Amino acid sequence: MPSAPNSFRTGPDERGHFGIFGGRYVAETLMPLILDLEKAYNEAKADPQFQGELKYLLSQYAGRPSPLYYAKRLTEKLGGAKIYLKRDELNHTGSHKINNVLGQVLLAKRMGKTRVIAETGAGQHGVATATACALFDIPCVVFMGSVDVERQAPNVARMKMLGAEVRPVTAGASTLKDAMNDALRDWVATCENTFYCIGTVAGPHPYPAMVRDFQCVIGEEVRKQIMEAEGRLPDTLVACIGGGSNAMGLFHPFLDDPGVRIVGVEAAGRGLDTEEHAASLTGGRPGVLHGNRTYLLQDGDGQITEAHSISAGLDYPGIGPEHSWLKEMGRVEYVSATDDEAVEAFQLLCKLEGIIPALESSHGLAHVMRLAPTLPKDNLLVLNLSGRGDKDVPQMAERLGMKI
Amino acid sequence: MSRIQKRFAQLKADKRAGLVTYITAGDPDTDISYQILKGLPAAGADLIELGMPFTDPMADGPSIQLAGQRALKAGMTVDKTFDMVRRFRKETGDNGTPILLMGYFNLIYQRGPERFCKEAAAAGVDGFILVDLPPEEADELKPFATASGLDTVLLTAPTTDDVRLPAVLKYASGFVYFVSVLGITGTKSATEDAVRTHVERIKRHTTLPVGVGFGIRTPEQAAAVARHADAAVVGTAIIDHVKAGLDDKGKAKPELVPGVFAYIKALADGVRGVRKA
Repeated sequence: MPSAPNSFRTGPDERGHFGIFGGRYVAETLMPLILDLEKAYNEAKADPQFQGELKYLLSQYAGRPSPLYYAKRLTEKLGGAKIYLKRDELNHTGSHKINNVLGQVLLAKRMGKTRVIAETGAGQHGVATATACALFDIPCVVFMGSVDVERQAPNVARMKMLGAEVRPVTAGASTLKDAMNDALRDWVATCENTFYCIGTVAGPHPYPAMVRDFQCVIGEEVRKQIMEAEGRLPDTLVACIGGGSNAMGLFHPFLDDPGVRIVGVEAAGRGLDTEEHAASLTGGRPGVLHGNRTYLLQDGDGQITEAHSISAGLDYPGIGPEHSWLKEMGRVEYVSATDDEAVEAFQLLCKLEGIIPALESSHGLAHVMRLAPTLPKDNLLVLNLSGRGDKDVPQMAERLGMKI
Repeated sequence: MSRIQKRFAQLKADKRAGLVTYITAGDPDTDISYQILKGLPAAGADLIELGMPFTDPMADGPSIQLAGQRALKAGMTVDKTFDMVRRFRKETGDNGTPILLMGYFNLIYQRGPERFCKEAAAAGVDGFILVDLPPEEADELKPFATASGLDTVLLTAPTTDDVRLPAVLKYASGFVYFVSVLGITGTKSATEDAVRTHVERIKRHTTLPVGVGFGIRTPEQAAAVARHADAAVVGTAIIDHVKAGLDDKGKAKPELVPGVFAYIKALADGVRGVRKA
């Protein structure tokens, strides 16, 4: 294992690398545009006016800060750690995705781009992007795997109502990876006027760092809120990971607090002993895809293998490069939860706390159900409830045998 | 001199541009794909690009995406791609036609760039064209390619301006590949005027030959490119002829291979009809 740095929060380097991970593995056509984007983002980041506008939108439009809610009944039921839920599912559009999208669409406007494209898995990022584009009056095209179009129908309808065009992608397994391929293909042809709004902490530099920065509002709020509620920092943080943006947003502000144990939960699908899972850190190895080097599910030659998860948002064979680095540095623990465990967690939260969680977030909760009982009662645990489950209602109703 | 340098020197002496033909290794299966590879020089190809099929070809349009899927489904691997090249050199005795591997970096990264370069060179490969390895990341491959005597053909695009060109050219050897349109393979075509302007611009920065690709489908388009560039690269349109030779079960019909060669011959006639100074 590489030796620990003085800080875990200084990455990436100027070439976009987190250790060996990250980078800019893109077609030459895009390279100059990515350099432009990096420059524009750095300028915006340092511009108080940009930051002020973003802050205003986050509070007055998206509804931030989201509450940090003490889940008393869940805590009592599990009988261990004191569990807080970071209620990012209460944001406008129903997930943490809006935090990043408002930042990127503001940046698109600032750069004079006249069209926005996005990829989406569960549709949460697609809905958030369609929303921001409606607000800023920018045409929006969302690429979505045709399998996901089917299993996340409510979000498809929402995107269309918001004025976005949804392009179903039928290549490969027709899920998030394929949607990202097609978004990149569109971008190569349209890069002069089009802004690609990536939904997670992946893709070529500067996306992993930029999306992380926009999502860090989650962890920064938690720091403040837990100090108000408990007078000290939390002991344990848990979040689900597909690409890893909600997790990075919660984790990053705490990386340099050695007393805070940090756990990311990947999707184990039908089990890590099957080939049907999406746990790239547990079951993959480093490779290059979608503009960055990171852990990927792949065969011996380097052909990318299909991921599987009940949750469309976690159904991706890669992960953000900074997570790969944090795994190698040993700063963050990465575990997994299966489809069945997530479904059980989903039902538990509905009935105990009256909160219908997204299937993605249910993976985080599934691990909390295992972990919390092993921890002392004074252990402060924060779970990022990154999305709400409205979009999963038809799929879950069918799975649970309900007629609707 | 590398095989690629020699070939361009010969083309210059012959006062003509070259034809670079792309096929996907293993499309529609190893056997037919090898038959096509073996016959490319006789059909009129001056240089050969052999595509390494990849599950996620982000810079390719539907034709080459599907070709890759056919090849992978038929069991194509990196080792079998090397085998095709080795067999070509041995069976045809063709020691003059350069073969470049084209594709995506992950396949090289997984084997390790050093080992990959050694194995490729030993099989008779002459260089690489890698879509997702811009100069910013090219240090990972360049020293090993050089050590094995392999050329690295870097891509330039209409978005690669005069300020950036030198950074790209620093890593380029063999020739420079100008991607003539903004977009993925096999979709749009550039105008002759645009090709001329960009080739002239690139040549102000380098003495390397310039090949132009993306969107060339007809002998007339190939000839138009040949008037300004040192080589015309054709990929998607060849793949479309492979596909046209498949029956509805995806099996090769007898006319597939001759059909591909007839098409390449027409392209070569177009390119060779242009006399250069």
